[in-house]
Amino acid sequence: MKFTWSWLNDHLDTDADMSAILDVLPMLGLEVESVVDRSQALAPFTIARIVTAEPHPNADSLRVCQVDNGDGMVEVVCGAPNAVAGLVGVFAPVGAYVPGIDLTLTEAEIRGVSSRGMMCSEREMMISDEHDGIISLATDAPIGSSYAAWAGLDDPVIEIAITPNRADCLGVRGIARDLAAAGYGKLKPLKSEPVVAKGKSAISWQLDLPSDQAYLCPRIVGRSFSGLSNGVSPKWMQQRLEAVGQRVISALVDITNYIMLDLGRPLHAYDADRVKGETLTVRLAKSGENMTALNEKTYQLDDQMLVIADADGADDLAGIMGGERTGVTDDTTTMFLEIAIFDQVSVAMTGRKLNIHSDARYRFERGLDATSPDTTIDYVSAMICAICGGTASELTAQGEGADWQRQIGYRPERCVDLTGVSVAADKQKTILETLGFSIEDANPMWHVAPPPWRGDIVGAADLVEEIIRVSGYDAIPELPLPRQRVVSQPAVNAEQKRPIMLRRLMAGRGMSETVSFTFVDAATAQRYGGGSSALHLVNPISTDLAVMRPSLIPVLMDVVARNQARGESDIAVFEIGPIFVDDPPTGQHPVLAGIRHGMTAGREWTGSARPVDWLDVKADAMAALAAMGIKTEALQTRTDAPEWYHPGQSGTLNQGKMVLARFGTMHPAYMDAHDLKGPAAGFEVLLDAVPIPRQKSSQRALANLSPYQQVGRDFAFVLNQDVTSEKLIRAVRGAGKPLVTEVTVFDVYAGKGIADGQKSVALAVTLQPMKATLTEAEIEAVSQAIISAVEKHCGGVLRG
Amino acid sequence: MAGADPQALQEAILAAIEAADTPDALEIVRIGSLGKKGELTTAMKSLGQLEGDARREMGQALNAVKDAVTQALEARRSALAMAELNRRLATETVDVSLSQRPETAGVIHPLSRTLDEILAIFAEMGFTVAEGPDIESDYYNFTALNMPEDHPARQEHDTFYMTPDADGQRKVLRTHTSPVQVRTMEATSPPIRIIAPGRTYRSDHDATHSPMFHQCEGLVIGDGITMAHLKGCLIEFCRAFFNVDDLPVRFRPSYFPFTEPSAEVDIGCSRDGGGLTIGAGADWLEILGCGMVNPRVLEYCNIDPNEHQGFAFGMGLERLAMLKYGIPDLRPFYDSDLRWMRHYGFMPFDPPSVHLGLS
Repeated sequence: MKFTWSWLNDHLDTDADMSAILDVLPMLGLEVESVVDRSQALAPFTIARIVTAEPHPNADSLRVCQVDNGDGMVEVVCGAPNAVAGLVGVFAPVGAYVPGIDLTLTEAEIRGVSSRGMMCSEREMMISDEHDGIISLATDAPIGSSYAAWAGLDDPVIEIAITPNRADCLGVRGIARDLAAAGYGKLKPLKSEPVVAKGKSAISWQLDLPSDQAYLCPRIVGRSFSGLSNGVSPKWMQQRLEAVGQRVISALVDITNYIMLDLGRPLHAYDADRVKGETLTVRLAKSGENMTALNEKTYQLDDQMLVIADADGADDLAGIMGGERTGVTDDTTTMFLEIAIFDQVSVAMTGRKLNIHSDARYRFERGLDATSPDTTIDYVSAMICAICGGTASELTAQGEGADWQRQIGYRPERCVDLTGVSVAADKQKTILETLGFSIEDANPMWHVAPPPWRGDIVGAADLVEEIIRVSGYDAIPELPLPRQRVVSQPAVNAEQKRPIMLRRLMAGRGMSETVSFTFVDAATAQRYGGGSSALHLVNPISTDLAVMRPSLIPVLMDVVARNQARGESDIAVFEIGPIFVDDPPTGQHPVLAGIRHGMTAGREWTGSARPVDWLDVKADAMAALAAMGIKTEALQTRTDAPEWYHPGQSGTLNQGKMVLARFGTMHPAYMDAHDLKGPAAGFEVLLDAVPIPRQKSSQRALANLSPYQQVGRDFAFVLNQDVTSEKLIRAVRGAGKPLVTEVTVFDVYAGKGIADGQKSVALAVTLQPMKATLTEAEIEAVSQAIISAVEKHCGGVLRG
Repeated sequence: MAGADPQALQEAILAAIEAADTPDALEIVRIGSLGKKGELTTAMKSLGQLEGDARREMGQALNAVKDAVTQALEARRSALAMAELNRRLATETVDVSLSQRPETAGVIHPLSRTLDEILAIFAEMGFTVAEGPDIESDYYNFTALNMPEDHPARQEHDTFYMTPDADGQRKVLRTHTSPVQVRTMEATSPPIRIIAPGRTYRSDHDATHSPMFHQCEGLVIGDGITMAHLKGCLIEFCRAFFNVDDLPVRFRPSYFPFTEPSAEVDIGCSRDGGGLTIGAGADWLEILGCGMVNPRVLEYCNIDPNEHQGFAFGMGLERLAMLKYGIPDLRPFYDSDLRWMRHYGFMPFDPPSVHLGLS
């Protein structure tokens, strides 16, 4: 909402200067977004007349002008084609800073002729882009006066942000009312000359609404004007409208725009001669009915939309935009004025369906002063007659008026109860009354009636806000929250702690954390097993961000690809975030995923770096699971990883039927889709599949550290290729219970000396006695047990 | 040999030891003196030819020589070994200015760090973490927060809508973390003291807006909780988070459908000298919104507004991170440019905590 300082002063009788007002506006909830005060920058520019303009003796394109600046004659060399004798324009003297050319003028000699100042274009003064020539003003403009003051450019423009509840401040008068309540002056009465109404209105209102939808238009008022002259609006009005960014069109249109900004009261003006018939009817549109609005676009209407129609059909979208067919033109001499109240929700719905954003809609859907049709029509009429001449008819009106009056039960103590700040009852009363509320004091309860322009006030909490907003939020004391305990408790539970802990673990393992958008393009979603219709956005910001991601892998692949394109190599990244398999809350799953790419390190002199592979990311997944309390040696590895992994170099880590994690070398075809080159391996840990360890006591089981030496024995078995090391180790562990504490594969070999389809797997087995040192016989017995178990369960034989 | 002169013998052997310049030469000296046929051994063998005192005196003298020789041999042996070691070590010299074997250091994203800091501070004030889904029902995101259909505030939310289901119900990507307030109030009963961090979404994408961003919501419901507690709690937070004890904090009236009265919170800052400094200064920076929970929201959550009241607040994590760490632009937060991450990221081994420090 923009307005000018002088405009505010039309409504507010105040001694406060502008800076004091600017300070208090935000403290009333009216946030100042910008203040543009051009008076300072334009101060040196005065109105001057070119008295003579002679050709420059040494340059064909220049003229030597004698300029009357009010104080005397000044010689100015000027290159503008319109610099001719008699032109009244804007003069900048020596010493003036000209913003458009970023130059402080000095006395200059231009091709041998002295020049002491300059005649300016609008662009040189940075008041517009106009640069066809120097400014040419009306010849009666006062020579020697400040140009900015004469042109109204010295009126500071203030822009404030209006929160959705403050429809009353979408007009300058509402802002003045708030300032008055805060003690910054008095609200001036809205003065208007009485209108002498002559004769019946040429057009009358008719309501044609279903009986249960009368609320769509509770009140509509109008009158016709004849003998108008729709010329240009007065200069003061034009200056204000232009200052706040409103285009100047014609007197009648400018007046309706001005009143909308001044009182927050949208109006509509019909050219009465272009209205077909003698009635305008408020009704719902007929399905399929068309209308061309003032923005010259044609809209297809439906039977939910409120319109105003003449005998030829709808030509006004009630509360949103008028129609082109019956709108006023420069030639309009008879006009019919509409001031109405329409249902907020109806205006909002129609506006949204037709995608029309107008100043009128903005105000209607936030709620107007319910009484305004009747209380402002004379003010508006008087302004029209004063500016355009002509005579006003009697009023025509329909509707009983909106049911806006209500009473709120309020105890003054509610203020301190809710805010902790005590405001004296008298002061509360004064504040509310200055804001237009009326109060009936039925001790101890007050019955408070909000004014018609405050539809947002519905309860006691709203009244408290009005009171402390005006008395000042600064007065609210600061109290610490009561502390329930001296030593604070954890803020997170075991499940919430995991991402925090895993993030540190992964960063400690050399991976960097990313935060990516949770939506991907539809093709990617589908390729990664997602993209069900419930997860499609209706209104994505772009097709790249259209479907909720089914996996973190494609997102991380893109991260790696982007960094690779920037020249990075050997990348290790991870992310902890949700994936989506369905749209209820249970369809969102937290995942930790990572990708390692390139070499384990960059090129360097020790040669320690090697290409990353599935083993690196298996280690990542295992480390994450171990950190969450999973006994990783008890997990089952399966080879059923999703298709984005290399089919022969990937797996899943399972606890019973639950897949806890998956890992592997990335599938080359999937890498191609992300334009990703070089070796890459990734993993995903499905965090909500990983069980939370049961709440244990902080006490650990006693450490059982054997005093007897542990013994190591190596075995090499020849097995079929398809026997997994996991199966082999399980057989060895099972056979060696309880002596075997550790089994490690230290060599895998296939080739010469081993039959086709077979492999040799070498194991280091650790035996830990607890009761006595192991004897050779005992070791031999365990070894035999292991060998037979491997033979029985894995079909393996000891390598000879 | 009975007339051997132990003194002369000792001098001769010690001189030979001293002269030996390799372990092998030293061994020859040892054999020549203490070996089976060595001079000293031979001298000792010949003791039997002496009688009485002479034999005893000579014996003692020769034993003293033997001790001295043994010691000298040992000393010379270790001296030679040390010299040999030193020679070998000298050949093993490397250029220690070469780089160490590479280790990759990972970093934590500034948003995670910021959230950790926020958690640490609010944990001190007795808050626990609550969470809610990203895909939210219209009811939780709007209606129950006192934004019924066609509430003008809804339009300012730039909502992403999901494809409607068979019944025409369309879910949304939550536009704020406030739905977690409702979910929490439905699931528990007062007193409540939670914060709810998470991803939020608005269909806006430019230099200062991202379609996905992060918020942290707070909710306190309890007996006698007033706006004064709201003020105390958030001032405490701002000063702890920005680590400025006398940070000016200003509360301005504002509007949110789910709070009444509502406020926006500004912190003091200074733009003297071009840069931005958080602290006392001529300017204000808006950092969060808050207010007393609107009685209508309590009613939606089946909490009697005549019995209970409290406050809520919401803040943008990106904004807090940008202000605290001097990160100028929003977009790189989600771009995962490794150069940016290395520059603005945090090492994992110094997490923020109240006892070790928040920054």
